[in-house]
Amino acid sequence: MPSPDEIFEKVREALVEALGVDDDEVTPDAKLVSDLGAESIDFLDIVFRLEKAFDIKIPRGDLFPENILTDPQYIEDGKFTEAGLKELRERMPFADLDEFSQDPRREVFQDLFTVDTICKYVGTKVGVA
Amino acid sequence: MRWIWIDKFLEFESGRRAKAIKNLSLAEEHLHDHFPGYPVMPNSLIVEGLAQTGGILVGEQSGFEEKVVLAKVAKAVFHGPAVPGETLTYTAEVEAFQEGGAVVAGTAHVGDRLQAEVELFFAYLSDDERIQNLFEPKNFVFTMKLLGVFDVGRASGDGVAPPDAWTKLKELAKSNDTP
Repeated sequence: MPSPDEIFEKVREALVEALGVDDDEVTPDAKLVSDLGAESIDFLDIVFRLEKAFDIKIPRGDLFPENILTDPQYIEDGKFTEAGLKELRERMPFADLDEFSQDPRREVFQDLFTVDTICKYVGTKVGVA
Repeated sequence: MRWIWIDKFLEFESGRRAKAIKNLSLAEEHLHDHFPGYPVMPNSLIVEGLAQTGGILVGEQSGFEEKVVLAKVAKAVFHGPAVPGETLTYTAEVEAFQEGGAVVAGTAHVGDRLQAEVELFFAYLSDDERIQNLFEPKNFVFTMKLLGVFDVGRASGDGVAPPDAWTKLKELAKSNDTP
């Protein structure tokens, strides 16, 4: 079972390759989209590299539950509804949703995906968390 | 100009790997512009040739029913020029099929010399109507003209029939044109 440090190193390597960023840019609190410049297709790339690096299977929507964003019962007037937040908590137990819940705007949803979130997600898949 | 950047398949192992060649000739107009007095095959077109080789490999898995687009060139490293009179051999290998697309690793060789290494991501377009309107059939990795290359060397001698999805798209395009 890999240690949290080993997970971080492998996640870092995957992100450096997928996003063409420097090693030192990949810090635990770096946001994938706003800090590291990830675009939608990069998420497919990241998933592929994580699967390979950790020998795990990541079903579609497991790490990035994008289908929540298009469901009108979860999003209203550009904000997550109570039902939406509840769904997020269930789907993303690996993410820190406390701060986001205070101001759950759709456009800041992507900021939930930090390097640390990815590490925690991988942790749940390899049995560390 | 025809947007066909491979001449022939040498090998095709469904879902795993494909090998195609591209002969470089001074009859190709673009080589006279790239560059005047020093014709070299543009590396961008080598990536395109590898994407056509890999794209057909990916598309064939679904009988060409899924609409495949080249979504990302994750890596492209070039080791030297390819010039007229040479033959580029493109090898594409599927690294992974995912729900949303596929990852292909490719190499280009001139003889034994490694010329390029790429990693390509192909995405499947959903049947969403908005996306259908964005991408006409001509934008896909494979058009019927390109699939003609795939026919060369097929043992059965039968051509590849246009997949149902394409026929539907053509009808959709026609109905959009009608006022």
